[in-house]
Amino acid sequence: MLDTKYNEGYVKYKDKIEHIGSTEMVINMGPQHPSTHGVLRLELITDGELVKEVIPHLGYLHRCFDKHAESINYTKSIPFTDRLDYLASMNNSHAFVMGVERMLGIDQKIPKRVEYIRALVCELNRIASHLIAIGTYGIDIGAFTPFMWCFRDREHIMNMLEWASGSRMLYNYIWIGGLYYDLPVGFEERCKEFVQYFKPKITELDDLLSTNQIFISRTANIGVLPADVAINYGCSGPMLRASGIKWDLRRVDGYSVYPELEFDIPVGKGEVGTLGDCWDRYKVRVDEVRESVRIIEQCLERLRTDFKRDVDFDPRALVPKKVNVKAQNYYVRAENPKGELGFYFEAQDKTDIPRRVKARGPSFNNLSVISELGKGVLISDLIAILGSVDIVLGEVDR
Amino acid sequence: MIEKLIQEIKDTFGEASVVGSDSSGLQPSISIDAADLRAVCAWLRDHPSYYFDFLANITAVDYYPEDRFAVVYHLASIPFQQQLTLRVEIAHDRSLEHLPEVPSVASIWRTADWHEREAFDLMGIFFTGHPDLRRILLPDDWKGFPLRKDYQDPEEYHGIPIK
Repeated sequence: MLDTKYNEGYVKYKDKIEHIGSTEMVINMGPQHPSTHGVLRLELITDGELVKEVIPHLGYLHRCFDKHAESINYTKSIPFTDRLDYLASMNNSHAFVMGVERMLGIDQKIPKRVEYIRALVCELNRIASHLIAIGTYGIDIGAFTPFMWCFRDREHIMNMLEWASGSRMLYNYIWIGGLYYDLPVGFEERCKEFVQYFKPKITELDDLLSTNQIFISRTANIGVLPADVAINYGCSGPMLRASGIKWDLRRVDGYSVYPELEFDIPVGKGEVGTLGDCWDRYKVRVDEVRESVRIIEQCLERLRTDFKRDVDFDPRALVPKKVNVKAQNYYVRAENPKGELGFYFEAQDKTDIPRRVKARGPSFNNLSVISELGKGVLISDLIAILGSVDIVLGEVDR
Repeated sequence: MIEKLIQEIKDTFGEASVVGSDSSGLQPSISIDAADLRAVCAWLRDHPSYYFDFLANITAVDYYPEDRFAVVYHLASIPFQQQLTLRVEIAHDRSLEHLPEVPSVASIWRTADWHEREAFDLMGIFFTGHPDLRRILLPDDWKGFPLRKDYQDPEEYHGIPIK
């Protein structure tokens, strides 16, 4: 039998729920509720319309990524990483693959064309992920049109990535040492057309939603997250940048070909309210979509000139038959649409199965701040705050 | 940088605070004595020339068949753009009655709260001084710690066969 002290936390929590005040009420939000963006359950202790405490319950989508990854070899883990943040599969596998390549010591030998294709598909996927964030955020607040527009434009990206990888959402396209295939013939032209089509659309979306008075009333000055609290809670990505910190791992670590590309890092400015409020978090995502479009244009330019298609080019040339990693520990981090995605590897000798792989999901850390942000707000504002965090439960629960 | 940092930790917290270090791999790491962990972490966070204000990740590792566990902390400094790996090694006989114990750093970085709950949930590491230590990903009535290498799958859960 376990020592009782190991159960103390649970007993304390049960006690709190059972002994709430006579004016308080416990409300369950989720796990089957569209505004929680998946199977997240928030237990709210409320006093009238005010939320006194938020107790998140996770694990409804726990698929044991860590346990799977330490029982199969590195190559077989890539499809599992796709299913962490299933809205940005390319970015996930890119981070995982980069870590393994660095442990193998082949990260400097990867052909430039492969690296540019990786950056291209990752940025396309970043746009797709942010479009979901913006669209569903609109629908949380009550704006229906942006949702339809975002999904319409996202579908173009999904179709292009399906053309390249053969799958609509879960790609398994980026492999250790290379790619599954080169881009299909005509991809660059079609992507160029998409960029031409998409640029006015994002301006249109921005005009429709960002300055909408109803939207501003629901988001400005709501859920203000000061920079020090954001850092202390391990928030990263748009969440941290909206609080005014210029922290983007594509620039800080300069991995892949990002040092050769020109782009800005948008940060929150508190334009319509306080710095770090829900509106800032939304706006940072819109600006990041614009920056991603800039990166895509540069990648396409390089892919059509310096590193153009060649019949002899083999994107699988460096793909190892067996991943022989020496015993070592390595923590790799990369900028996902949602923040810092990290993988910690503990490799062991004479086998291609790692001893331990731990995925550090950005949504997991970004979500942990919800009990801090949700203290003393209205229930309707909690929906706005949760939407602005932009979580994917596949990554929270892993 | 790492040698200088180790020396400074030794000077401040005594020779015994640093158990060992490993600078052979891609990322050097420092092994800290569990008793000094909280003091060293608070010092690293507030030191004006290190300022490790961002705790990226906490990982618990099981070294089966050896009788030991490790907890790995990945820190980052946002103003200095540096990374640091801290390790705490715990020898333990794998009994389920008495779990390995490590001091909690949740009072230093609030993000450690959930990471430590996850390590407790899946690996069975008990973090002393944690404000709210209960299972996070698995159900509250789950038995055992599935990420341990010697974990045996149960036959059923609430009458549902799961094998």
